[in-house]
Amino acid sequence: MLREIRPAIVFAIALALLTGLAYPLAITGIASVVFPDQAQGSLIVRNGQVIGSRLIGQNFTSARYFHGRPSATTAADPADATKTVPAPYNAASSMGANLGPTSKALAERLQADVGRLKAENATDPVPVDLVTTSGSGLDPDISPAAAFFQAQRVAKARQLPEARVRALVTEHTAGRMLGFLGEPRVNVLALNLALDQMTP
Amino acid sequence: MTLIGWLQIAVFCALVLALTRPLGGYMTRVFNGERTVLFPLLRPLESALYRLGGIDEKREQHWLTYTVAMLLFHVGGFVILYALMRLQAFLPFNPAGQTAVAPDLSFNTAVSFLTNTNWQNYGGESTMSYLVQMLGLTHQNFLSAATGIALSIALVRGFARASFKTIGNFWVDLTRCTLYVLLPICIVFALFLVWQGIPQTLGPSVEATTLEGAKQTIAVGPVASQVAIKMFGTNGGGFFNANAAHPFENPTALSNLLQMVAIFAIGAALTNVFGRMVGNERQGFAILAAMAVLFVAGGAVTYWAEASGTPVLHSLGLAGGNMEGKEVRFGIVASALFAVVTTAASCGAVNAMHDAFTALGGMIPLINMQLGEIIVGGVGAGLYGMLIFVVITMFVAGLMVGRTPEYAGKKIEAKEMKMAMLAILCLPLMILGWTAIAVVFPPAAAATGNAGPHGFSEILYAYTSQTANNGSAFAGLSANTPFYNLSGGIAMLVGRFFVIIPAMAIAGSLAAKKAVPASAGTFPTTGGLFIGLLIGVILIVGGLTFFPALALGPVVEHLAMQANTLF
Repeated sequence: MLREIRPAIVFAIALALLTGLAYPLAITGIASVVFPDQAQGSLIVRNGQVIGSRLIGQNFTSARYFHGRPSATTAADPADATKTVPAPYNAASSMGANLGPTSKALAERLQADVGRLKAENATDPVPVDLVTTSGSGLDPDISPAAAFFQAQRVAKARQLPEARVRALVTEHTAGRMLGFLGEPRVNVLALNLALDQMTP
Repeated sequence: MTLIGWLQIAVFCALVLALTRPLGGYMTRVFNGERTVLFPLLRPLESALYRLGGIDEKREQHWLTYTVAMLLFHVGGFVILYALMRLQAFLPFNPAGQTAVAPDLSFNTAVSFLTNTNWQNYGGESTMSYLVQMLGLTHQNFLSAATGIALSIALVRGFARASFKTIGNFWVDLTRCTLYVLLPICIVFALFLVWQGIPQTLGPSVEATTLEGAKQTIAVGPVASQVAIKMFGTNGGGFFNANAAHPFENPTALSNLLQMVAIFAIGAALTNVFGRMVGNERQGFAILAAMAVLFVAGGAVTYWAEASGTPVLHSLGLAGGNMEGKEVRFGIVASALFAVVTTAASCGAVNAMHDAFTALGGMIPLINMQLGEIIVGGVGAGLYGMLIFVVITMFVAGLMVGRTPEYAGKKIEAKEMKMAMLAILCLPLMILGWTAIAVVFPPAAAATGNAGPHGFSEILYAYTSQTANNGSAFAGLSANTPFYNLSGGIAMLVGRFFVIIPAMAIAGSLAAKKAVPASAGTFPTTGGLFIGLLIGVILIVGGLTFFPALALGPVVEHLAMQANTLF
């Protein structure tokens, strides 16, 4: 048995260096040449300033923008570092709400959000993704129904014909991948960027 | 439930089945020491490692030596990982300036990655430096997977050999698995994932100014290289806290599909390796068929439960299923399927928050783990776990007809049965024992994120996941406390090694036996009767053991949910 000690030390160190340094550094090197944009985080840069990532949702509150889904992410409380405060779309600390189907807190939150959205648009049914939190708290997408639901509000805030806004949503709707994978979706940041280009 | 949803499930199953034989054939050749396509490229590195370690690759080991070598290797791995976490503040590749990880959390995390569990009582992006993520965690993702595969090959040799004293050489199996199987697959898959949008950089977090003028700090890092092995090695530990729900760990529906295929690929292929090594591929197919039946049944229940939504959603007029905790790009079906895949295998990556699943939708992942993760299962661990169930099934079948049971030409006798029972019993001991302690220990019981039966499910899920070496969570539980860190660490160690050591004892004992030629009285183990019996034994053993606990958690919660009771 004692003769197994030498290989235990050698293999622990050698395989650690191979799989823990050589492999990830090689992938980093190759990726930076072959897919430099994705490797850095699919960043969107305007006028030399990073305004976000195509893959990461942002917190939108203004009536002039389409809103993403509710986000459960938090940040350290500036007043007391041992506590946290809500900080939607905190891309340095992803998390979900983790509320179960019999949670009173979840039921109350859903009720409040549905009420608020019905006040904004009384005609269309409220899309479920617009009141449920995502798993990551960083979901960049909403369903096409959730985008169309907000078209009226955005059009009014920007003094645009609603039809133009709806056309923009259609233009930014991505279908299922390869025709059958996942769900149709609208990237909220891309849609809002296009809105800003239309009416700065 | 929709047609296009079922199509996604069917395509997933077809891809896994299509990979089973080619990958199984390749791995069989690798572990038999035959020349493979990568041999000219990697053989010099392999030989160099043996020379450095003072290994004679032709010299095989007795099962005890094999097991001791494996354990010694783990001691080395533990020391490296624990030290890296404690010292990360003084080491390079730490652009975010992460400070030392607390001792109890370091212990839990080191055990977690060593045992292929990847339970995480921390958020990756807010706790670990890039050096720990790479040299600590990515490295253990590879080696815990390679260890599991090596051990399962050793057990298969036990069945395949007759009158042998040895079951292979641990160092050789470990090296071949890492070099010829895991590394090449992961290099290709990691680059595919970067193409889909997963970051791979050593640069610091990105500071962005959002359209509304707010500051957003976007965590990045060497993510793709870790995600590739976390899936193929059924490790499941996320680079980020939200794991595969995070857009940077799973950016598209296509990356999602192939990550699920990656979780099952090696485990399914190992059933074929088993068939090939014992000289009859149909033996492997029979095991895979039993797994497939259990998998499809679980998948259908979770898909149905999540697509049905909850009474709370219905009362507010919200249609489209339970989207709480799920991502839009995956939707209901790809989230439900992922949850079943990740718990059927011992992966534990999640692309939706299991804590927010409906009561029955969340019960299937629990059951998958409590059955011992033998539905494909963890790489290696799934096969040796399943073979232990096969031993018990053959024993039950033997009792029915009053004949000494045989499997793959080997007599199953008292020693094998004792070892199999030991392996089976450690699961309920750890899961039910620790859950019982936690619910009566006030600080532990207070850590739940939900009240009522769902809170109980969170604790039950935590110990189920850790004992079964899964790593997924009902993440509302605030488990980063000394009690949970230490008790969970013990559950993970027992759940891993008290299955491994009996499995190796079975391997040694079987390898030493003479082969029994099949006769008219031999129970055929390639047909429907065997598959049905095996499924029955798995469900009865698991069902009898865990039904009372499930009744207190998800079952009660489902009834409460239907009665509109909130907590």
